Amino acid sequence: MFGSLSERLQSVFAAVRRDARLTPESVETALREIRLALLEADVNFKVVRAFIDRVRDRAVDRSVLESLTPTQQVVAIVRDELRALLGDGQGGLPPSRQRPQVVLLLGLQGAGKTTTTVKLAKWLERQGRHALAVSTDVRRPAAIEQLRLLAGDAGVRVHEPDPGTSVAARAAGAVESARSLGFDVVLVDTAGRLHIADDLMGELETLKVAVEPSELLYVADAMTGQDAIKSAGEFNRRIGIDGVVLTKMDGDARGGAALSVVSVVGVPVTFVGDGERIDDFHPFHPDRLVSRMLGMGDVLSLVEKAEQVVSREEASRLELKIRRNDFTLQDMRDQLTAVKRMGPLDRLMDLIPGMGGMASQMPGDVDPRALGRTMAIIDSMTPRERGRHQIINGSRRRRIARGSGTTVQEVNRLLKQFVEMRRVLRSVGAGSRARKGKRGRRAAPLPPGMGFPGR
Amino acid sequence: MSLLERLRTGLRRTADQLRGRFDGLPDARPAARGARGGAVAAIDTLDALEEILLEADLGVAATTRLVEAARDRAGDGDLRSVVRAELLRVLDAANPAPAPAARPRVVLVVGVNGTGKTTTVGRLARLVMDAGERPVICAADTFRAAAVEQLEVWARRVDADFVRARPGSDPAAVVFDAISSGKARGRDVVLVDTAGRLHTRSNLMGELDKIRRVAGKAVEGAPHETLLVLDATVGQNGLSQARAFLESAGVTGIVLTKLDGTAKGGIAAAITAELGVPIRYVGVGEQIEDLLPFSPVEYVDALFESGW
Repeated sequence: MFGSLSERLQSVFAAVRRDARLTPESVETALREIRLALLEADVNFKVVRAFIDRVRDRAVDRSVLESLTPTQQVVAIVRDELRALLGDGQGGLPPSRQRPQVVLLLGLQGAGKTTTTVKLAKWLERQGRHALAVSTDVRRPAAIEQLRLLAGDAGVRVHEPDPGTSVAARAAGAVESARSLGFDVVLVDTAGRLHIADDLMGELETLKVAVEPSELLYVADAMTGQDAIKSAGEFNRRIGIDGVVLTKMDGDARGGAALSVVSVVGVPVTFVGDGERIDDFHPFHPDRLVSRMLGMGDVLSLVEKAEQVVSREEASRLELKIRRNDFTLQDMRDQLTAVKRMGPLDRLMDLIPGMGGMASQMPGDVDPRALGRTMAIIDSMTPRERGRHQIINGSRRRRIARGSGTTVQEVNRLLKQFVEMRRVLRSVGAGSRARKGKRGRRAAPLPPGMGFPGR
Repeated sequence: MSLLERLRTGLRRTADQLRGRFDGLPDARPAARGARGGAVAAIDTLDALEEILLEADLGVAATTRLVEAARDRAGDGDLRSVVRAELLRVLDAANPAPAPAARPRVVLVVGVNGTGKTTTVGRLARLVMDAGERPVICAADTFRAAAVEQLEVWARRVDADFVRARPGSDPAAVVFDAISSGKARGRDVVLVDTAGRLHTRSNLMGELDKIRRVAGKAVEGAPHETLLVLDATVGQNGLSQARAFLESAGVTGIVLTKLDGTAKGGIAAAITAELGVPIRYVGVGEQIEDLLPFSPVEYVDALFESGW
């Protein structure tokens, strides 16, 4: 996510870093590039102008230009200003004292409110909180049906009053029902509406009075352009919003609209939706995003993703195996399965420091099908072969190639990569033992799949 | 009501409400420029022009081109008419090809999630019927929950034939069924609603390719038109969407929806300029008749309406 914006910014900084000494002119050139990058990322042009001016004011300061490391200083200024722009929100949905906690989801047509409602319910469930969803979209054909089907698939409970129940009564009924059934949160999905449709905004006001939500989340499409601040601003003025949920972040949208909304409307981005699976939904962390935009990677998110799919026991069991140097093809297969569960590879690459630009440089290499082929090869081995790769001779290789629909060359390459991987892992294992002695603290377990050889 | 009137009402409503609300932002235009005497007016106007174009989501590339065109010809009259003429030249150059004579004519409606494809198909059916032709509506969105039900409501409203798929079934098969049914009943047009897909998902884009191949087997030359539905609020990503859908689905025209808000969908004009894909229809309201054939003159005038 935010891919192209960070690529643009990274190339700007690469250019800046080449200059040993900065002059006001070279700062100006860099600023012009940053301005272009931000405008092309759909950051509102007024926000861009203010941003550039603030960076310029600080960057052309004599103490910066004459310092020993002027370019690093400029990068630091841009980082500070981006952080200031994005705010220091923590993301997520903190519990309130309200019982049940009522959350209203609002926004324009097609922003993704209904999908977000179900994704949020599932996220809450992972936090051990139970949500009841209700649709108040009595206008769009089959909108209520859509929530019911989506929620049904995800195992989320939906409050379903009689057809013909009014908007406010539907929501109030859900709150009542949640109270008696012991749900923690009520998620109220609303009809998409234009911020200038007076009657429909009035309906939201009524709804707000009826259920007294503790949180009003504005759902916004990440692909939105300059209009983002007008619509979000107007929703905020008439109804009041507490946070923004940014949807469809899995495309190549640069998501600059988010920056605009946060800085102009003054509400934080709380969640990001970045995929068609119900679990593709995460709290938003401005700090990590800034690091990623500037190409500093985002190890925290990577570790969190890894923790989601690999239990701690599994990780320490693996670590032990690596130390003893009995990492087998079967272990590699388990790792690949875990990697697959973590999501598309090119997105994982963005999280690794220094790897951000790599995915785009070798699009052919990050072929998700390569992963499938690697797994097919391992699947075509006998359990004994998976445990002891040394026994895989020529005739076994031919059989494996036939069984997996690949070639002997591919099998050879995989085995070579596996041996290489074992060698690397052994030195990592030894290294972590050495450090343990020195610092009295164990090195973090290797994130699963970091040595992934499937390319 | 004409497109211009509709847009004007929409825009005026907006302009009245929003005027002054966003003026609190720091205005960074250096005051020093004011001291340069005669040049001030022209530069200031070029800056103002740039702002209007950027704010309408035309994007940096198209905006720069237009501003330069205005600067070059600043001598002959006021900037607005120069830019207006330039924009019209671009929009008029991309004339849609005449509708093919095939029967039934197959129209594929594609786009990313949430742009209004299903609603657009319902409204296109209405336009087709107004022109005295009989449509078949085909619900090939087998992915999104309740998409088929939503389209069925529209089909009933306009009283058109409706061919539906079971959720999760192969969309290409439904398209084939719909075309066969259209042929058997002697219908004029088959309108195909497809599932929303992000243009970056290559497997889903490949599915469109399959739908096209299967349609081509059912009737010669199908799909005869492929309309990309763009949300007017979309920013620079619209160009990326158009490129991807042009490449893998052979888009022949754009439908610009939700123009009744405050967004102006300028990226559509940038797409026409860059890729030569014409804008065919605009969606300007909540009613079934709120889909109108695109008129470049009215669009360009509306683009400048509230800004100047």
